[in-house]
Amino acid sequence: MKVTFLIRETSEGFASRTDPERAPAYWAAYAAYFDALREAGFQIQGGALQPPHAATTVRVRDGKRVVQDGPHATSKEELGGYFTTEMPDLETALRWAERCPAAEYGCVEVVPNLEMAPRG
Amino acid sequence: MAEDALRAAEASARDAYGRLLARLALRARDIDTAEDALSDAFADALRAWPRDGVPRNPEAWLLTAARRRLLDGARREGARRRLSEAAAALLAATEQPMPGDTPFADERLEMMFLCAHPALSQEVRAPLMLQVVLGFDAAAIGSVFLVPPSTMGQRLVRAKARIRDSGMRFERPSGSELAERLPFVLDAVYAAYGAAWEDAAPGGGGGLGGEALALAEVAAEHLPGEAEAKGLLALILYCESRRRARRSEGGEFVPVSEQDAALWDRGAHQRAEGLLRDAARLGRPGRYQTEAAIQSALMARAFGPPADSAMVAALHDALLRTEISAGAWVARAAARGAAFGPGAGLAALEAGGPAGLADYQPYWAVRADLLARAGRREEAERAYERAAGLATDPAVRRFLRRRGGIG
Repeated sequence: MKVTFLIRETSEGFASRTDPERAPAYWAAYAAYFDALREAGFQIQGGALQPPHAATTVRVRDGKRVVQDGPHATSKEELGGYFTTEMPDLETALRWAERCPAAEYGCVEVVPNLEMAPRG
Repeated sequence: MAEDALRAAEASARDAYGRLLARLALRARDIDTAEDALSDAFADALRAWPRDGVPRNPEAWLLTAARRRLLDGARREGARRRLSEAAAALLAATEQPMPGDTPFADERLEMMFLCAHPALSQEVRAPLMLQVVLGFDAAAIGSVFLVPPSTMGQRLVRAKARIRDSGMRFERPSGSELAERLPFVLDAVYAAYGAAWEDAAPGGGGGLGGEALALAEVAAEHLPGEAEAKGLLALILYCESRRRARRSEGGEFVPVSEQDAALWDRGAHQRAEGLLRDAARLGRPGRYQTEAAIQSALMARAFGPPADSAMVAALHDALLRTEISAGAWVARAAARGAAFGPGAGLAALEAGGPAGLADYQPYWAVRADLLARAGRREEAERAYERAAGLATDPAVRRFLRRRGGIG
């Protein structure tokens, strides 16, 4: 099945990306994680996202565009990255979610992709 | 003739429901659709059997009918969109020769593993198992778990949708994964039994106690190398063997120590003892074996010298090491009280303990009993009063009030 991992970071996690003391460990953990995924034979699409302050949310209401700065809803854990890959089953996906660095302090959401029928 | 057919349909339904549904749902990878097809097949049987006679192998007949229903459904769907994966899997399955007179493999345990999947919420695992393996409806399950039928219905529907869409593995786990998942299966079976146990009235729990026993039988039979599966079956058999003795003729609550042992079911007890011995030989102790051993000790007086109370207390110590719950905490204090005097029991009761003890009826009942035995009559009365106030079973409430001299 095709499955998407939504990696949710805490504000601490986002801060670690640029903090001179913590950044090396932060990036090394993710590099090791994605290397391990690739070495296990999974082809990955996706990547890291800028922190929530860089997000812009757009809605069209009554024909008018409404632009809001920031993500659509703020919570303690914000989307920090995502990737999509092919995995045999949920059990495998959960095992890989468990290994994701953010699982330890943020969380990882595992969602199977909706398989669309070929058109026509 | 027609009546025979009806009876045959009923017998097949009770007997084969879980096996048939497991077979269909594991192939179609969709419990909901399989349930619909199976109930259609039973309706077909009620029409065809009185007319044509009961088939030689009712179960195989029902399986064929249900598969036909599934395919019909899939074809209708396929007319609108691409043939679903479920239909493709089924088509592949029907190309295999029909089972005919040979019995097919029992896949109920695979279903149980699916129902007790760690990715399903804990509260839905036992109800789901009762529904898909034993065929109980949401209303019956809801009444046992004290949840309105509509709420229970929604929970079950959501769980089945999750099983269909979340990509769970349908095959039985093996190796380390089996070891990791088995406790969830056993816990759900025990929860199903526990929910039924609360209702001790004759035929109480909607007859569900005996049915949860069937789940434990399936697990023990299919996992002969798993000591805890045997332990759980033994535990349930010990409890079941006392079913007739749990209430007096007037419907009053009777504690185990005061039950008439002549009412205990010797056959069930003997089986439990054998299972517990077999489990111990596997050399992998665990929570359910310990609980079963405690039950064995509680009943020993009927079959020889009563169990040594210090040994029973030691079993409770062992249980508390694997399972820190209010129940295990209170039961251990009672055992220590029986072995080493009420002072020791009260000390064990008061030495900390898990959260929620203040609202836990057995905590106050055991405390009251220990206080009474220690000669602290007034405090005992107040504790009995408190326990009676927390009891949900009227028979238990009456018993506590009698003990406290407040009835």
